[in-house]
Amino acid sequence: MTISNDVKITDELIASHGLKPDEYQRILDLVGREPTFTELGIFSAMWNEHCSYKSSKKWLRTLPTKGDVVIQGPGENAGVVDIGDGDCVVFKMESHNHPSYIEPYQGAATGVGGILRDVFTMGARPIAAMNALRFGAPDHPKTKHLVAGVVSGVGGYGNSFGVPTVGGEVNFDARYNGNILVNAFAAGLAKTDAIFLSEAKGVGLPVVYLGAKTGRDGVGGATMASAEFDDKIDEKRPTVQVGDPFTEKCLLEACLELMASGAVIAIQDMGAAGLTCSAVEMGAKGDLGIELDLDKVPVREERMTAYEMMLSESQERMLMVLRPEKEEEAEAIFRKWGLDFAIVGKTTDDLRFRIIHQGAEVANLPIKDLGDQAPEYDRPWVEPKKREPLAADDIPQADVADALLKLLGSANMSSRRWVWEQYDTLIQGNSLQLPGGDAGVVRVEGHATKALAFSSDVTPRYCEADPYEGGKQAVAECWRNLTATGAEPLAATDNLNFGNPERPEIMGQLVKAVGGIGEACRALGFPIVSGNVSLYNETNGQGILPTPTIGGVGLIRDWSKMARIGFAAEDEAILLVGAPSAWGTHLAQSVYMRDIHNRTDGPPPPVDLAHEKKVGDFVRTLIADGIVTAVHDLSDGGLAVAVAEMAMASGIGATVNQLKGLSPIPTFFGEDQGRYLVTIPRDKVDWFFEERVKDTGIFAPWIGTTGGRELKLGEARAISVSELTDAHEGWFPKFMEN
Amino acid sequence: MKSAVVVLPGLNRDRDMIAALTKISGKAPVTVWQTDTEIPDVDLIAIPGGFSYGDYLRCGAIAARMPVMRAIADKAAKGVTVIGVCNGFQILVEAGMLPGALMRNASLKFVCREVKLQVTNANTAFTRGYKPNQIIRSPVAHHDGNYFADADTLARIEGEGQVVFRYAEGTNPNGSINDIAGIVNDRGNVLGLMPHPENLIEAAHGGSDGRALFESALGGSSRQPALAGA
Repeated sequence: MTISNDVKITDELIASHGLKPDEYQRILDLVGREPTFTELGIFSAMWNEHCSYKSSKKWLRTLPTKGDVVIQGPGENAGVVDIGDGDCVVFKMESHNHPSYIEPYQGAATGVGGILRDVFTMGARPIAAMNALRFGAPDHPKTKHLVAGVVSGVGGYGNSFGVPTVGGEVNFDARYNGNILVNAFAAGLAKTDAIFLSEAKGVGLPVVYLGAKTGRDGVGGATMASAEFDDKIDEKRPTVQVGDPFTEKCLLEACLELMASGAVIAIQDMGAAGLTCSAVEMGAKGDLGIELDLDKVPVREERMTAYEMMLSESQERMLMVLRPEKEEEAEAIFRKWGLDFAIVGKTTDDLRFRIIHQGAEVANLPIKDLGDQAPEYDRPWVEPKKREPLAADDIPQADVADALLKLLGSANMSSRRWVWEQYDTLIQGNSLQLPGGDAGVVRVEGHATKALAFSSDVTPRYCEADPYEGGKQAVAECWRNLTATGAEPLAATDNLNFGNPERPEIMGQLVKAVGGIGEACRALGFPIVSGNVSLYNETNGQGILPTPTIGGVGLIRDWSKMARIGFAAEDEAILLVGAPSAWGTHLAQSVYMRDIHNRTDGPPPPVDLAHEKKVGDFVRTLIADGIVTAVHDLSDGGLAVAVAEMAMASGIGATVNQLKGLSPIPTFFGEDQGRYLVTIPRDKVDWFFEERVKDTGIFAPWIGTTGGRELKLGEARAISVSELTDAHEGWFPKFMEN
Repeated sequence: MKSAVVVLPGLNRDRDMIAALTKISGKAPVTVWQTDTEIPDVDLIAIPGGFSYGDYLRCGAIAARMPVMRAIADKAAKGVTVIGVCNGFQILVEAGMLPGALMRNASLKFVCREVKLQVTNANTAFTRGYKPNQIIRSPVAHHDGNYFADADTLARIEGEGQVVFRYAEGTNPNGSINDIAGIVNDRGNVLGLMPHPENLIEAAHGGSDGRALFESALGGSSRQPALAGA
């Protein structure tokens, strides 16, 4: 029985595909006739925001993407960076926000699956994962359910696949009540001479479908993710895909085996918009046409239409162009792993994307216009309003010890152990630093001393108050976290999460944040090599906090010299490297103001990039030279929280001085940027200032001493380290398990 | 000493096990595939952790019925030393080579953290490198490690000294009965344990408490496996 492709194209149908009238007119002009139902689906899949970057492309182009170590920048499945000795690191971060809100377990699981596939599609074996998660207010009725589902979905997929999750972020804010963020990062190792790309080469070659079968799950997922939510969101559940980490693990092994056999010419995973997007990308990039025969596609459901097959987002699937003479060998590898293998089409020389189903041609479209020549918008935007600085005498007071305990035990500052103990952080046997430090660190297998550091960062409240400075700060903090382990920051991936770009104020946030990110990346020599944009994170007109997440990778040349955050010994000097003369000054947008005084006015701390670079390079040299015994960067919560974290990580207390005649509040809770805490043995202090600090122009005051089992900040009462730990570790389990 | 590592679809700590055995024995183990019916002549067969066949049925249930497991059972019957870690333990239990069952963790959550283990029987082929009742560190990473056995079985394995590792110092991560972390069969040549000693064998792991287990097991099956009272 023939399955109909004959659905009438109405205005309503066009609108329900997320296509605007001018976009539909463009389709008519391109095709020269009314598109078929399948063709409309294909356009919708390729031209939606998620796949086409039509609102952001103009601004993404301004980002620095090149550098001495960059082998592959944005545009492929993931970025590739040289780490020497013939090895390279392949990495990317990608959002799975909309599906995770609708169905948290599968949404998060397939987010992890998708990013892992992006990495091994390039020929790399995944070695590390991170997840940046943002949820609504803790007391919002959906939050607990979403946290539980997302965390168990991330773990369920990553643990079974077998990649260590070594870092990430978890934050709560009421602005994510209607749109949570799930940004998944993965990195893999490959050989620089064995990187695989999606660009098809050669006419008349077989296009091969590999992996799992195609079902009806996820049909229209990418289009769903390119629209705002409203009250009928639960109806969108069928657009969420279902993950199968077991098949993905088999697919990884089969793909790497196949790549080693020399059979692969081009490879593209089927992610958003599935078969459509992967085929179009391979063809468009290689300036070739693609013809697919859908009757050959392995399916797991009966009577699927061409439309459904082309738009299915069933997971764990790959498309490849193979060397014809290696076909048999390739098929044997896939059969061994119990995976499907089917020749479903061929490359052609006519630049058309042609779909055959049950003997009839159901689509025939110009492939370049679907892919790299998709529409692009210069959407109107408005300059975000600058916020007035706080008055000099506007320093709301609190007891320093009480405030510190309250912050450490708060929703946003408490330990995330409850989360990361559900992730396998140790698998592969190379994890050197687990979550809870400044960055996750993984040893480079096969190399005696090298390791890679990973960190994911952004401070959305800063971005809301000043998108440009917030964009700079996200990059700077990531760079600083990598530096604090001793790593040389190499490159970054960006995951830009914003509201509806059709609103000029949201577009203004995007434009400014990208500008700030670009400036910081240029100043710090930290190019963006891959990324993802997630717009329309908005429900009933309320957008999320602007959240441009930065995932960074750094290289540690000798991990035996790597720095950690825990105090190493008693009676060591604590120095605040990169401090201003008052040690700390900037209170506006600090967590102290937000969580102790319920205030979110004023501008975020500015980032002086020259200072950032100078101080970071200085600290990194100290680590490499084995001079410092512990290092921690300062961020949320300022000096007080940073020193408390160093104490909790070691069980060793500390006494920190305070400056006479100054309010201790900005000293201890100010969030001035570009600062690190380092410790050195006391008998080295004189030598250190004389030989290492003098003439650098860097202020590195000796602010206190490690020792005992209590933390004493200036005049405030001493708090035992165990009391700090109880507060810090207590919040999350109590929240989730009560 | 020669060793073999079983590779099944879905196992994912095979590379960890291969790395550990290579570093400790100085020789890379051979790998054995799911459909292999013959296993080369080796001193130790290791079934690593992971999620064989996705653990979509009961953990280890499908793996236990693959041809390679019959070959392993034959070897074990001839006295070859066999170790199953995590999913490997679950597979050995499902294959009937070890008593009891591994249920979902009491917390119902996957758990990855470091625990303390007490070596409750240091007189086995796997633990002779430890002191009796020594407390060692070891990571765990599992969703279904909650060991259970009926009262008779429990009394028997406790009485015969078959419980070789117990979670110590209040670190039982999964609700296992009697804090059981690892057991041997009645002959003493098959060990199953939930913790991952292969992830704690060198400075990079922050310790090497797991090393003695493999050193002991690689000591060779020619030595009489000694069970207390056996």
